[in-house]
Amino acid sequence: MTKSELIEQLMENNDVLNKREAEMSVNAIFDSIGQALAEGDRVEIRGFGSFTVRERDAREARNPKSGEVVKIPAKKTPFFKTGKELRERVNVG
Amino acid sequence: MTKADLVENVYLKTGFSKKESAEIVEMVFDIMKNTLENGEKIKIAGFGNFVVKDKSTRRGRNPQTGDEIEISSRRILTFKPSQVLKSAINNDEED
Repeated sequence: MTKSELIEQLMENNDVLNKREAEMSVNAIFDSIGQALAEGDRVEIRGFGSFTVRERDAREARNPKSGEVVKIPAKKTPFFKTGKELRERVNVG
Repeated sequence: MTKADLVENVYLKTGFSKKESAEIVEMVFDIMKNTLENGEKIKIAGFGNFVVKDKSTRRGRNPQTGDEIEISSRRILTFKPSQVLKSAINNDEED
């Protein structure tokens, strides 16, 4: 499922929304989550899961082509932990 | 941020009523949960991909006791953030 298919599905489930409004709503949801994470906030959606920001330490790695050692700086990465309800539903399928 | 805060943001960004915003947020996550439950992946451009993966049976250890145990096969959900989201999170740090 792509974002546009999610928007289509939302329109089917909610017949008062037109395409522009459904698109605006879906964008608002993912933009809000992204903004919260960029501010270092944790986002918890009950039954779905939680998004957090994890810190990765600086490390040295090798360029697989040249074999040269490159320094990779410390960075932050978004992390998703599946909620209990969704984890069980996905596993039962 | 909780689901209630997310509803508030949708309300502010779209101008729908709080009731409508709450229904929309609920619906979007319901659609996503149903899709993932069916084993289908979800790709949100600019945000990331939610992918369902099948894991086979493997041997593991109880970290508390050190006992070897068998971890049964299962289906799990993973999230792969998009480059856009990763950059957004890291650029904030330099400010």
